[in-house]
Amino acid sequence: MPRLTFVSPDGNETTVEASTGDSVMQAALAGNVDGIVAECGGAMMCATCHVYVADDWAPKTGTPSDGERAMLDFAASEVKPTSRLSCQIAITDELDGLTVHLPDAQI
Amino acid sequence: MTLQRVVIVGGGHGGFQMAASLRADGFAGEILLVSDEPGLPYQRPPLSKAFLKHGDAARLDLRPSKFFDDNTISLMPQTRVTGIDPDGKHITTGDGKTIGYDHLVLATGSRNARPPIANLDLRNVLSLRNLADASELRTRLSAARHVLVVGGGFIGMEFAAVAPGLGVNATVIEGAERLMSRAVSDTMSAHFLMSHQGWGTSVRLGQFVSELLDDGAGNVAGARLADGTDIAGDIVLIAAGVVPNSELAAEAGLAVSDGIDVDDLLCTSDPNISALGDCCNFPDPLSGRRVRLESVQAATDHARTISKRLTGKPVPYAAVPWFWSDQGDLKLQIAGLGAGADEHVAHKPEKGGLAVLSFSSGRLVSVETVDSASTHMTARKLLASGRIVSKPELAAVNYNLVDYARAV
Ligand SMILES: Cc1cc2nc3c(=O)[nH]c(=O)nc-3n(C[C@H](O)[C@H](O)[C@H](O)COP(=O)(O)OP(=O)(O)OC[C@H]3O[C@@H](n4cnc5c(N)ncnc54)[C@H](O)[C@@H]3O)c2cc1C
Ligand code: FES
Repeated sequence: MPRLTFVSPDGNETTVEASTGDSVMQAALAGNVDGIVAECGGAMMCATCHVYVADDWAPKTGTPSDGERAMLDFAASEVKPTSRLSCQIAITDELDGLTVHLPDAQI
Repeated sequence: MTLQRVVIVGGGHGGFQMAASLRADGFAGEILLVSDEPGLPYQRPPLSKAFLKHGDAARLDLRPSKFFDDNTISLMPQTRVTGIDPDGKHITTGDGKTIGYDHLVLATGSRNARPPIANLDLRNVLSLRNLADASELRTRLSAARHVLVVGGGFIGMEFAAVAPGLGVNATVIEGAERLMSRAVSDTMSAHFLMSHQGWGTSVRLGQFVSELLDDGAGNVAGARLADGTDIAGDIVLIAAGVVPNSELAAEAGLAVSDGIDVDDLLCTSDPNISALGDCCNFPDPLSGRRVRLESVQAATDHARTISKRLTGKPVPYAAVPWFWSDQGDLKLQIAGLGAGADEHVAHKPEKGGLAVLSFSSGRLVSVETVDSASTHMTARKLLASGRIVSKPELAAVNYNLVDYARAV
């Protein structure tokens, strides 16, 4: 099972075991990670599952689609080049060890 | 007086958010979340969409059980609340217990309406409201060939869109002359009608079902329309709207009309009782009209408003309504409320996308989009700003909201 690490704005780290096929958002909720709201449940409708992918992982998580980019523009916290909606990152074995940073606010 | 115990009736989207927001806002008292459903609070929207394909109930949980432990939220699943005593400030449950409260939140949602159709009790006449319904529908579908959907609203059409992928044909029978007529403009209805027909769904508009047909063994075999036509089908899905669960409130003497009446702080006519989500009607901040909405957004934003009030920072409800419906490869998004609109303008914002802007007395009140996330999000932002966006201003930019927002 791939392991993912979520880093909160104050530097706290939470590592969760994730199932391949789930999204990073689903892994966060299942792992009881604070700081992901995911109001729409992954329908790419709410931009409340915003994360910053750690720089060295960005190439592996891919780039956002046009729709995702449009939603990200309206995220509650600053949007950076590494910003993603975590519901749009599918977990693969390749992402074992992935680290993402959580924004200050989702709403 | 500080509250010791908040009791929430109904553990759906709004009930869950109520408990979560109270803790996030620093409420330190007891929180009891009472629901008549089994298990943990879960997401309803996938029930008519992805869940019918994957069937994995665990993926629907809003949060794992650890969340409720960590936040000391006491869950009482499979417990039906049967009465409220507003003077004694306690509720009664189906198993005869009484539970006292300092504040009570009614988050009882809605149930499916039973239209006046003969033989609704036949086997394989199903509806879709909760996880149990969706699981049953999914099981029965494996042996079915043709599903008749009574009602061309969101849930009926979302189901119809997944049906072909599940190996069944769907026929939708809708009384109105267009699809989703309560919630979207003519243009949007027409756009979806064309798409559904393209996906192989047969749609009968302006038709009413008068009775369901019996195969002789108590199973449904089809439907008879008011004009006498019979249509065969081995499952009938009743998706003809919902009724708010407001009986508890009415019996307790609270003001109830179309759902439980609440003010702009989501408080009922009893100051110790709030109500939220599908079961309540509230003053729409933009138009002032009383509305009752069936959306995740309304339920959760209502919960946040109540939480602020209960933790001593009351702010009137001011959220812009938004809603989505995934049908096939189309993503419908709605910002604002189009019900009071008197003018609609259709516009193509980007490749393949469609937007319908709705105006009331020349003021932008709602924007429906298909596959145009930037238009949708811009609409939400503009409507939330309180700015009066007029039709002539938008006409000047060819109704392109994103261009408009960039310029102001
Ligand atoms: C199949 C389906 C698809 C949907 N798709 C979308 C969508 O795509 N987008 C969207 O925005 N909205 C969608 N909705 C609507 C959305 O799910 C609801 O508006 C939302 O769940 C309302 O939240 P609520 O808390 O008011 O009620 P609910 O989530 O319905 O929760 C109410 C709960 O209270 C319980 N209850 C009722 N009476 C009692 C009692 N007396 N004692 C104890 N418990 C009680 C009920 O069993 C239920 O569990 C969909 C709904 C359905 C059914
Ligand atoms: S969960 Fe809503 S956009 Fe990701």
